[in-house]
Amino acid sequence: MLNLFLIQALNGVQLGILLFLVAAGLTLIFGVMDLINLAHGALYMIGAYLAATLTAATGSFGLGLLLALPATLAFGLALEVLVVRHLYGRDHLDQVLATFGLILILNEGVRIVWGAAPMSVPVPDALSGSVHLVGTLHYPLYRVAIIAAGLATALGLHLLVNHTRLGMRLRAGASNGPMVAALGVDIRRLFLVVFGLGAMLAGFAGAMVAPILSVDPGMGDSVLILTFVVIVIGGVGSVRGAFVAGLLVGLADQLGRTFGPILLRSVMDASAASQTGRTLAPMLIYILMAAVLFFRPSGLFPARGSR
Amino acid sequence: MTTPLLSVRNLRKSYGALKVTDDVSLDVASGELHAIIGPNGAGKTTLIHQLSGSLPSDSGTVHLAGEDVTPLSMVARVRRGLARSFQITSILDGFSVLENVALAVQARSDSSFRFFRPSAGETALNAEAMTALDRVGLADRAGRRAGSLSHGEKRQLELAVALATNARLLLLDEPLAGTGPEESAILVGLMRALKATHTIVLIEHDMDAVFALADRMSVLVYGRVIASGAPDTVRSDPAVRAAYLGEEEAA
Amino acid sequence: MSTLVARISAEPPRRRAALSGTALAGLVLAALAALPLAAEAAGLPFLVVTATRMMIFGLAALSLDLVLGYGAMVSFGHAAFIGLGAYAVGILDAHGIRDLAVQAPAAAVTCALFALVTGAISLRTRGVYFIMITLAFGQMAYFFMVSLAAYGGDDGLPLSGRSTLFGMRLIEGDPALFYLVLAVLAVALLALRRVVASRFGRVLRGSRDNAVRMQAIGFSPLPYRLTAYVIAGAIAGLAGVLLANQAEFVSPAYMSWQRSGELIVMVVLGGMGTLVGPVVGAAALIALEEVLAHYSDHWRLGLGVMLVAVVLLSRGGLAGLAAKIGRRA
Repeated sequence: MLNLFLIQALNGVQLGILLFLVAAGLTLIFGVMDLINLAHGALYMIGAYLAATLTAATGSFGLGLLLALPATLAFGLALEVLVVRHLYGRDHLDQVLATFGLILILNEGVRIVWGAAPMSVPVPDALSGSVHLVGTLHYPLYRVAIIAAGLATALGLHLLVNHTRLGMRLRAGASNGPMVAALGVDIRRLFLVVFGLGAMLAGFAGAMVAPILSVDPGMGDSVLILTFVVIVIGGVGSVRGAFVAGLLVGLADQLGRTFGPILLRSVMDASAASQTGRTLAPMLIYILMAAVLFFRPSGLFPARGSR
Repeated sequence: MTTPLLSVRNLRKSYGALKVTDDVSLDVASGELHAIIGPNGAGKTTLIHQLSGSLPSDSGTVHLAGEDVTPLSMVARVRRGLARSFQITSILDGFSVLENVALAVQARSDSSFRFFRPSAGETALNAEAMTALDRVGLADRAGRRAGSLSHGEKRQLELAVALATNARLLLLDEPLAGTGPEESAILVGLMRALKATHTIVLIEHDMDAVFALADRMSVLVYGRVIASGAPDTVRSDPAVRAAYLGEEEAA
Repeated sequence: MSTLVARISAEPPRRRAALSGTALAGLVLAALAALPLAAEAAGLPFLVVTATRMMIFGLAALSLDLVLGYGAMVSFGHAAFIGLGAYAVGILDAHGIRDLAVQAPAAAVTCALFALVTGAISLRTRGVYFIMITLAFGQMAYFFMVSLAAYGGDDGLPLSGRSTLFGMRLIEGDPALFYLVLAVLAVALLALRRVVASRFGRVLRGSRDNAVRMQAIGFSPLPYRLTAYVIAGAIAGLAGVLLANQAEFVSPAYMSWQRSGELIVMVVLGGMGTLVGPVVGAAALIALEEVLAHYSDHWRLGLGVMLVAVVLLSRGGLAGLAAKIGRRA
């Protein structure tokens, strides 16, 4: 039981870390640019596909991953220049429609280029196998690597946001955008950098999960919604909020799926408990979101009031 | 002495170290036009927000006809007879002039959870709205789109909307802002007529208008009331001359 | 002055436009009523099925317009109500309750309750928060149905047949269902026209245009917005009831978030805050889907390009473009 709990907790942390990577960029895009970008999940998908293709081409996952990062960055920058840039300052409804259109284009484009069948990427040899944790508990080495890489990225982001000039502008932009523009910061470049950074982080997350999930055209959509939940809980514009909320959502989801039915067994019979638990578990994070919103309408770490 | 219609005690509001209103106390008797003047940044608009309930105060109390309305929202205060106009014209541009006013009548007459009867055809609402429009001299504009009115007419419409709420107390936030001399003369005439039926708190920069209309006035400087009384008393108050008129001359 | 009142109340500003609109609506209604016969005569019975589908989504888009067009609430979870309405039919059917007289009220009440709870939470926020939260609640309903294994889960749930109406098998045929859908749509359209012109509708519109002004005259927008959200949810639930009957099948796919996005597209393309516009928008989008799907499996690419292009090329946004076209027409 304890082993199961630890495994699921680690899975939760791993999911949380991935959600954080996708959410960190998106929360800044919301916060700094006041842009609702539905196509962010598609960048995660693009990252996964690029990593899969480049891994196959180079024969090395490490090299594939390394090449996928600048490729997703370039893709994100191109997207910003071609489409997203023209949406700043527009009505939220326009942003919803245009980025919804982008999702359709990107999902369909991926189907055309890579086909509708899922792609798989082998776990790199160096990271296959598992690590011994405590007692009889083993955990796949690759997943440990994901957690480690995610935490390292989170630390890097923390330093970037809190201890650099760019980070200062980001924080200022998230709390008061027009003021930053008035102070003469090149807002166009700032926005481009934020969007590119966000795209690369999402692509990084997509590339890292490629070996453990199937890479398919709808993969960005489910992540997008989870990311929204993370951002809403954490507070729009807050990278710290995205980190805390990402872990919270990841843990709630993974632990809920396993332990929901077990807990319910104490109040109902086993088959009903497993049935009810399986039905309710996927809803848990949304209930969590509703509860947080009820008490804190602008999330746990609001960068500015909800509007 | 009878209970003042509006009684403000020790009202404060700070943003960080900046005290925007600082221990403001004032009484407005029923039927009085009480002007609040002061240089830019003296906290006049913040005070109006605190009185109307759109901004919570840090401390202090606001009583309306003896009732403590301090914890109440703007909506609840409007229902108790405290209406405000806005410094920046705030009307429903897409609605007709009549509908702008009729909505204010609707707000206080029965429920608005009625789903099928066309509201534009409710004669009772429209008649009351017309009365208010008539008082501000806009009756002939009733069918026009509010957004198509001239600036001065929009200010008149603001007054009509405030009247239509059946307010006992009107908080007028710079009703003359941005108006030309002719428009301003119309509005001053209007306010003079309103004095007969309403208690008014008037915030205004136009000193001619203020001294022509006010029964009493308070001078707000850096969030503090430095003088309060009849216009002549205030005019000759040395502190006011130093702080306010002095600045006017300097400017 | 009293004569002035009489004249104004007898002649609301947009009466003439409303009149010609009514005449046009009557004409369209008459043409639609003749459609099944004409389609039969022309040997194109599938047209009836397509037209029914258009009207069902028209009903859903119409209800979304109350929220989006009249309430300025960008709700991204509207398809959830269609799905819940459809599942009300599916689940009742699985338990042998096949009559619309039970199914339709059950669907409307379920959707109204879901709207009440999720709306009360979502409407505490505005802007991007509201969009994300409605989307998340929509997904919550989606995942609930996906994991509801007892009723088909991911695979969906076939109905035992179309619903009965007061015990009679009235909508077995496609033309009969077509007329039922047409009647429901017409009634909903007329009812919502009255609602938006009513006291309630006036407060809703006023709150959309200037919420602070409304508060300053004594209205709190929230209860009105929430009521509109609940009404819209219930109507979308009815659309779900009809959709389930047409397909004789219910599936979580009805409530996917792409569907919600398409509903928004229908409303905006057709013209927000016009009621009739979104119905036309729904018909247009479904027609476009059918045409594009005919040429390519990748028709969504075309739709996406169109959406991006329209938003980027229209300076006042899609709404502005729609208004521009409307003015020219």
